[in-house]
Amino acid sequence: MAVGPATLARPAPAAGRPVTLRGLLEREGVFSWLMLAPGVLFLLAFVAYPFFYGIFLSLQDRRVATEGVFVGLANFRTLIHDAVFWQVTGNTLKYVAVTTVLKLTGGLAMALVVNQRFRGRNVVRAALLLPFIVPTALSTVAWMWILDPTFSVVNWLLVHGGLISSGFSWLGNASLAMWSLIVVNTWRGMPFYGITLLAGLQTISPDLYEAAAIDGASTVQRFLYVTLPVIKPVLIIVTMFSVIFTFGDFQLIYALTHGGPANATHVFSTWAFDIGMSAGLLGMGAAVALAILPALVVLIVGLTIYLRRE
Amino acid sequence: MMVGGRDLLSRTRRLYLPLAAFIVLMLFPFYWMLITSIKPNRELYSAKIMPLIVHQPTLKHYIDLLWETNFLTWTYNTMLVAVVTTLVSVVIGTMIAYPLARMNFPGAAIVAIGIAATYLVPQPLLFIPMSDIINRLELGNTLTAVMLTYPTLLIPFSAWLLMGYFKSVPRELEEAARIDGASRFQAMARIVLPLCTPGLLSAGIFCFTLAQNEFLYALIFLAKSEVRTVPIGVVTELIRGDVFYWGQLMAGALLGSVPVAIIYSFFVDYYVAGLTAGAVKN
Repeated sequence: MAVGPATLARPAPAAGRPVTLRGLLEREGVFSWLMLAPGVLFLLAFVAYPFFYGIFLSLQDRRVATEGVFVGLANFRTLIHDAVFWQVTGNTLKYVAVTTVLKLTGGLAMALVVNQRFRGRNVVRAALLLPFIVPTALSTVAWMWILDPTFSVVNWLLVHGGLISSGFSWLGNASLAMWSLIVVNTWRGMPFYGITLLAGLQTISPDLYEAAAIDGASTVQRFLYVTLPVIKPVLIIVTMFSVIFTFGDFQLIYALTHGGPANATHVFSTWAFDIGMSAGLLGMGAAVALAILPALVVLIVGLTIYLRRE
Repeated sequence: MMVGGRDLLSRTRRLYLPLAAFIVLMLFPFYWMLITSIKPNRELYSAKIMPLIVHQPTLKHYIDLLWETNFLTWTYNTMLVAVVTTLVSVVIGTMIAYPLARMNFPGAAIVAIGIAATYLVPQPLLFIPMSDIINRLELGNTLTAVMLTYPTLLIPFSAWLLMGYFKSVPRELEEAARIDGASRFQAMARIVLPLCTPGLLSAGIFCFTLAQNEFLYALIFLAKSEVRTVPIGVVTELIRGDVFYWGQLMAGALLGSVPVAIIYSFFVDYYVAGLTAGAVKN
């Protein structure tokens, strides 16, 4: 069908006319590929090539400003015998899993609250999304000060509220530091869930709720049997996206803790940075970065299959 | 569903209280940024003075930030990079999305899958090889390095977002124009693109905020102060060892957020449309 109009509008060159540039450009395939070429070539050069080059680097003993030596899987062998690697794996999984649960439940609650009718709703919606749009490194700096060991306002509130007698070292204590990161990531990412889920909620017709109410459904039942089924696709897609991007999170952790204290908050991205950039071990750094690939492939394939089925 | 005024208690419990809690939680860090940036050091570093309000506001931190650091240079760099990469990415994103959304041609499916994959490949997977590539191109410490690498994040997103908009324009409109003698390019430029202005705006605003937010590539490629962007300058230069200049830091964080916040406040609906389309539509 799409080929039809083109051949109708432009007589084929076989009708005795020479192939003109214009005639060529009107062909769907030629036009499409001319349009695509710059972008596709660019992405091949700066996404596909670095990706495969990264795999190549991970098989080398390669230090910055030196020639690499092919070492096969030696980097990966070193990694699986390194206790820090397993610590970083645990940190990454905890960071992704806990923040996802918090962002999802908090975001859903936010969406349900904002979905009610009230004056100034658009302004509130815009304001609630601010943590998500402001450059992360900059808002993280504000959190550093909020969690400062000496002048933390959280500590001030807790001490003056009589809840504790002396303040916590939010970023200096190994287990607290991870929880601090989780709180900041949740703060930043929850509005993303909230606002996208709100858009999902707004597609639900009020008739459905009325019908359910007439049938005697309670608030909880209405949520479980009306709201949830309708927003389930949005919920799943938003969560998958968020998980993929949280796996790749770097700047929040780098700015807040640098992976410290004593590797307690290192995730794959920040550890790969330390090894590859700070220590200049490009091969080993590339191997660390690739460690997120299996989880990522599972997520992306899962997402693709889900999108296909929808 | 309607809640009458008679049920103020229920409305307080279900709406006002949770709403107030969300607003306080989400906005407190910004309030904290603002008041820290206008507090004199005497108030900042005292354990005795009540910290929640400012007692004697001062603009000293802002003056120091603008005169004693490279903040204005960083702001210029950030804006330049964000504007250039946004324009390039929306144009190239359009050029990718248009044929994928509206044409039949060999290889379309593979390109579409490739674009989705590049959108989902996270930066940490690419930054080490990328740093080596940029070094070999001898682009270290140039804005060209980030102008070249940011579009790898922005183009797949723009293309993804715009495909949805381009698909929504009826084919008949375009065919009518072509029967009147318009070329494919003219039909695109004069018929389809103008109808997709909201989508182009969404993509542009999203790219702009993403470019302002980018951190990892800028951190790796921009080691000299004169070429740094605001997030990198603030995090690497205003935090000086163990001595913190919190007033100045907060002034920098706040001013650095202002361009994004202004653009966002003008186009919030387009931003939300981009957010939901990018994550929700496929």
